[in-house]
Amino acid sequence: MTAADMPPGRASDFPDEAGSRVLDSDGISRILGRIAHEILERAHGAQDLVILGIQTRGVPLARRIAARMADIEGVPIPVGSLDITMYRDDLSLRGARPLHATDVPVDGIDGRLVVLVDDVLFSGRTIRAALDALSDLGRPRAVQLAVLVDRGHRELPLRADYVGKNIPTSRDQAVRVRVVEVDGLDEVVVSG
Amino acid sequence: MSTHLLSAADLTRDEAVAILDTAAELARISGRTVKKLPTLRGRTVVNLFFEDSTRTRISFEAAAKRLSADVITFSAKGSSVSKGESLKDTALTLEAMGADAVIVRHGASGAPHRLAHSGWIDGVVVNAGDGTHEHPTQALLDAYTLRHHLADGEGALDGRRVVIVGDVLHSRVARSNVLLLRTLGAQVTLVAPPTLLPVGVEAWPCEISYDFDAALAGADAVMMLRVQAERMNAAYFPSTNEYSRRYGLDVRRASLLADGGIVMHPGPMNRGMEISAEVADGPRSVIVEQVTNGVHVRMAVLYRLLGAAEGPGASAEPTLSGSFEEAAS
Repeated sequence: MTAADMPPGRASDFPDEAGSRVLDSDGISRILGRIAHEILERAHGAQDLVILGIQTRGVPLARRIAARMADIEGVPIPVGSLDITMYRDDLSLRGARPLHATDVPVDGIDGRLVVLVDDVLFSGRTIRAALDALSDLGRPRAVQLAVLVDRGHRELPLRADYVGKNIPTSRDQAVRVRVVEVDGLDEVVVSG
Repeated sequence: MSTHLLSAADLTRDEAVAILDTAAELARISGRTVKKLPTLRGRTVVNLFFEDSTRTRISFEAAAKRLSADVITFSAKGSSVSKGESLKDTALTLEAMGADAVIVRHGASGAPHRLAHSGWIDGVVVNAGDGTHEHPTQALLDAYTLRHHLADGEGALDGRRVVIVGDVLHSRVARSNVLLLRTLGAQVTLVAPPTLLPVGVEAWPCEISYDFDAALAGADAVMMLRVQAERMNAAYFPSTNEYSRRYGLDVRRASLLADGGIVMHPGPMNRGMEISAEVADGPRSVIVEQVTNGVHVRMAVLYRLLGAAEGPGASAEPTLSGSFEEAAS
């Protein structure tokens, strides 16, 4: 792994590239399968489910979970993407960022059970922003949260309903999730 | 982008494309029921208009409000300016009220530059038209409209041919458009009577023609400029009739455009003078769309300027072009 493999602007988040890999492709695949089962089990089926991935890496994860659920249930599962950039609370600290697409399934989210999917749960601020964004899109019956990695250090009273893997970290460590669709490979690396 | 938007020349190609991309996503949001975004909550945007304006002022106001900023609109009429207050004292008043952004339109070319670099105010300054100088957000919304129709709404405008016609001398829209379209890779031809071209126009990055029909043949877009009678203190052309015969856009001329070519006008139009009503309301006209696009483009400009404006953390990559995201939050 060289610095050239990393998207621009992220190098400073990962000063020590030689982190330890805590999940590989198979591990991620098994976790997503388990989460798909858990969601269906708790929802008693797929009747009014909508899976929404948070941009950017939550989106491919959401698509994969939805595809697994479709295999299990034999019906297509509505899946979309949510960009929370305009809802962030750190504009004055971090500056403007490029926007990504928000795509809500055609039938909308009103009265549905929406499962938000993100790669890493950390401070909880992204999820706070996602809940605000969601309320501008409609009124779901309920909202749940699925994350691939929960690394702790919450700054808001939030928790995930479905957690792929709990990874205890210190605040100054970096957790990097890579997905094939964005980064060319599947892995989770902890460094720093 | 610097911390202000004073000239279309301030924008690099990457920055301009990034603004257009942001505007495109914001346009998608504006199609839904809740159009308001909380992004600029708590920020104050002042519309400072020393000259009359309808669409630009309303457009900026709508843009700032959709981003949840507090908007204060100030027009010279009915303000202390009519009592003789100077630009400086007006600026100091705004600063005392804590303006995060000042959108300024002024009859004097260079007034926004003065406001931005005088140290009178801390906020970002956006030029909403200064004298006969520049109107960069108009150029951005024109580029957005062109890109939407000619480039599938993506990337830049490489190789597209745009003809800008009419009162270039008094037009801040023309200057900003020439600069920005050039930055985006388009070829621009100016068509105007010699009396309505400014001194030094030969140094602009564009071609100049006096033959409207020849310039139009096969062009991808034509942008008609308003004949600015209120700025004309001399006889620049013999008669309205002669002007519109040589430099007016009628149905025959519009048909010379390339297939899918579009007709633009920054407004307000003099129907029957620079553009016939038939063309203005015709199928190639995107004039109303330009107004809609203006709101999205101005939202993008405010977002990116105010996002880059404050805070030590923003200093690493406050530009409009960076692709940066957070790993784990």
